[in-house]
Amino acid sequence: MNTLRDIAIVGVGYSGFSPHTRGLSFKELMFEAARRAYDDAGVDPRKDVGSFISCTEDLWEGNSIADEYMPDQVGAALRPMCTVTADGIQGLAMAFMQIETGLVDTVSVEAHSKLSDVLNRDDVLRFAFDPVFARGASRSPYFLAGLEMNRYLYESRNEREACAAVVVKNRGNALLNPRASYGERMSASKVLRSKTIAHPLKKQEVSQPTDGCVVLVLSSKASRRPRAPVWIEGIGWSSGTPWIQDADFAQAHYTRLSVEMACRMAGVDEPKVDLYELDDTFSYKELQHMEAVGLCARGEAGKMIQQGRTARDADLPVNPSGGSLGVGHLVEATGLHKVLEACLQLRGEAGRMQVNGAKKALAQSWRGLPTSSGAAVILGVR
Amino acid sequence: MGAGMTLFRRRLLETGKELSFEAARQALESANLSAKDVRSVVMGTAPEAFDGVHMKGEYLLDGAGGANKPYTRVYVGGGTGVFVPIAAWWHVASGLFDTCLAVSEEKMSPVHPHPQYAFNGIFDYALERPLGVNLVWIFALEMRRYMHKYGITEEEIAQVAVKNKANALDHPCAQLGARITVDDVMKSEPMVWPVKRLDISPPSDGAAAVVLASEEAAKKITKDPVWIDGVGWSIDSTYWTDRELAYPQYLESAAKMAYRMAGIRNARKEVDVVEAYDPFDYKELHHLEGLQLARKGEAARLTTQGVTQRNGEMPVNPSGGLLGVGNPIAAAGTMKVCEIFWQLRGEAGRRQVKRDARTGVAQAWGDLMQFSSVLVARSG
Amino acid sequence: MEMESKEHTGVEMTSEDFRAGKYFVFPYSARFRYSWDTGEAVSRFLAELKNGKIIARKCKSCGRTLIPPRMFCERDFVPTDEWVYVKDTGTVKTYSISYLAADASRLREPIVVAVVDIDGASDGMGMLHILKGVSKDQIRIGMRVKAVWKPKAKRRGAITDIDHFEPLRRGEVR
Repeated sequence: MNTLRDIAIVGVGYSGFSPHTRGLSFKELMFEAARRAYDDAGVDPRKDVGSFISCTEDLWEGNSIADEYMPDQVGAALRPMCTVTADGIQGLAMAFMQIETGLVDTVSVEAHSKLSDVLNRDDVLRFAFDPVFARGASRSPYFLAGLEMNRYLYESRNEREACAAVVVKNRGNALLNPRASYGERMSASKVLRSKTIAHPLKKQEVSQPTDGCVVLVLSSKASRRPRAPVWIEGIGWSSGTPWIQDADFAQAHYTRLSVEMACRMAGVDEPKVDLYELDDTFSYKELQHMEAVGLCARGEAGKMIQQGRTARDADLPVNPSGGSLGVGHLVEATGLHKVLEACLQLRGEAGRMQVNGAKKALAQSWRGLPTSSGAAVILGVR
Repeated sequence: MGAGMTLFRRRLLETGKELSFEAARQALESANLSAKDVRSVVMGTAPEAFDGVHMKGEYLLDGAGGANKPYTRVYVGGGTGVFVPIAAWWHVASGLFDTCLAVSEEKMSPVHPHPQYAFNGIFDYALERPLGVNLVWIFALEMRRYMHKYGITEEEIAQVAVKNKANALDHPCAQLGARITVDDVMKSEPMVWPVKRLDISPPSDGAAAVVLASEEAAKKITKDPVWIDGVGWSIDSTYWTDRELAYPQYLESAAKMAYRMAGIRNARKEVDVVEAYDPFDYKELHHLEGLQLARKGEAARLTTQGVTQRNGEMPVNPSGGLLGVGNPIAAAGTMKVCEIFWQLRGEAGRRQVKRDARTGVAQAWGDLMQFSSVLVARSG
Repeated sequence: MEMESKEHTGVEMTSEDFRAGKYFVFPYSARFRYSWDTGEAVSRFLAELKNGKIIARKCKSCGRTLIPPRMFCERDFVPTDEWVYVKDTGTVKTYSISYLAADASRLREPIVVAVVDIDGASDGMGMLHILKGVSKDQIRIGMRVKAVWKPKAKRRGAITDIDHFEPLRRGEVR
């Protein structure tokens, strides 16, 4: 769409990235990430940033009205700031739209995880399930992932071992990522031998929590900023039905719709990118999302990974950062983390993880159980 | 393009999804649109603690018309109700979508023993909650400070409750429309002095919705659009104990942002009708001053003089406000936007303000005496 | 077209019918447990409360001495610079008289709650706390008050290590 302004990510900052960020409150984590992002972008948040967005849910924070506790540490005191209860990429979409209206030219988007503060995380997660029809099905919320995985493998005919291969690849990739907490040399058999969480899902196929904060600065005035801008070529988001009984377990429609929207905006038929950061909250989700973004046809994702075609140094790298399985799960900051990793890659700053010649990337997110909501963004450097 | 709302009551039988659906359906019908015409959806609903579902935006999305659509929930405490149409505005004004449905819902009745208890979580877990805090404390502290700074009495403030509850008698959805006197308010039981029972709006269940469209799409849909000419929002520092509570500085920022966009230079002269957030009676006065519609400390006098009555020079809360119609947190703010919509189209029936209303302002407030959203609308 | 009342749906459940059990109810009780990392600033603040002291942070950029202490200044968006002890006396900035307990039930004896501007911190730097030893007719904005600490053995590093504030007696200095 040529009528749209050119908007780029002009600054990135992050902090934490450890399962226990002891001695730092969530506010202090946020301040650190925000300072780094504003330094990176060369902006003064008190003067140059027109709007601030935070992505979080009350119950991850332990506050009623989490929005109250967000402004000071990102420089938003007495400024326009709002909270969206959505994944970070959706927060990015809100910022994108705000800039497109012409109301502001520079927006800060923040999301964090301080899951180490939440003692009974699975109970919080289960509280998201429909109180009458779903919550009582099981003490563990992961039964839903088991149901979906089972049906997905049945319909797509992807092999069970392909799911284990996702864990091996991502946790292996994570060994080279300074932000990763779960890097480890795994084997498929080790994954499949681990404890059953909810058949057929195994413990090693569930990403573990980590703390961290990511702040990104978006601007339509990218030329005035010191760093090479990472352009937002297209962005999309979608929510499916909240009724888990009606959900299509075999396909991630929310991802397909998000990517279609992003492609329309980018003026392309498919995301022709050099690397993909896809949601891998659970092992099988990476395969499901590969198919939904159009990387391959249905039922082909398993073969692709088994053939090594999605390895970091292969032709279609998926989750070179290590994904959530390797880095750790960051709740609403997960998507923003993927954008962060993609930005570092596109800027040529990914160190030993660098995908050579990366010019375009696709970052995609899923809001997690029990939702069918997600977003996707196509990023590029020129 | 269209607006709709459910009844506001202490307890409604409908679930949160059903309430959202009802408001959304009415809004679409009033604009002669169907779900097919909705390109994007924004939802507003306040603390999870009320409906009793984590990530409740996801839970409510089918009722709000969000299934298989770009759907987002925004959440800025009590400010949500006016912020949802603002978020819907940027969906359309950005050029990304031709239409956007903005739905706000709140179901406070599920909480036991009382919805007020669910608010304890707004206070700082280390420095405030251990003191046995109650939500009403923070309002009472602000009310007392406001009264002290400007020499305003409880009786003057009570006039707002009298006005709004009387106005609400003409609102078909109202929970607490009534003819009361200043004396009734003064005699009502103290909750957290100076706040008394009749100074406060009730907890409620309810939903409200509006439909927005781009200029081009609007031309095809209706001859009578109401234009969103100004949007503004601002949040102050979390450290409310360090702030001067007598004046809402953040509201001044938000109002100026909206007025600048709308080209309003003298709000008092240019605004014809106002829906200012009134969860407590003193708040209406506080907010009129922040909205630059009254000088600091002057709003009470305007009320005494009848300026803010429906047939006055600057009608405020002709709907009956939160005090009269009810306060399902997020839906209450959107109810105000619905009211401005109806007033500007001349469709407010017995609530229609006397003067020719062309420019209206809706405002909501939220968080720890911290956030405000302001929307300026004009008839075509 | 005027909005008509028949358009506005909603089935009201009256309190009587509700209490009489006329509606199907699905009860659920949730318990979410958190162990909040108080971080650098608040941890030190609480630790000092255990010592019977109130500590603040100073920002050299704007010159303010901040209570509650914080590692960043929200005005200038820079890290704050040093720890500064402040007094445990102050002035009532605002107050109210609560007849409501945390769970919205009614208190038989009302309690006085106040925001107290702390001496030694910058103007307007306040703290929320309970006031005792003053009747609802005596309490005024501007009243001078002092902290009443729990005995050392009972302090845990919490805001309640200050049991309450009470009026400073005339001529009393701390």
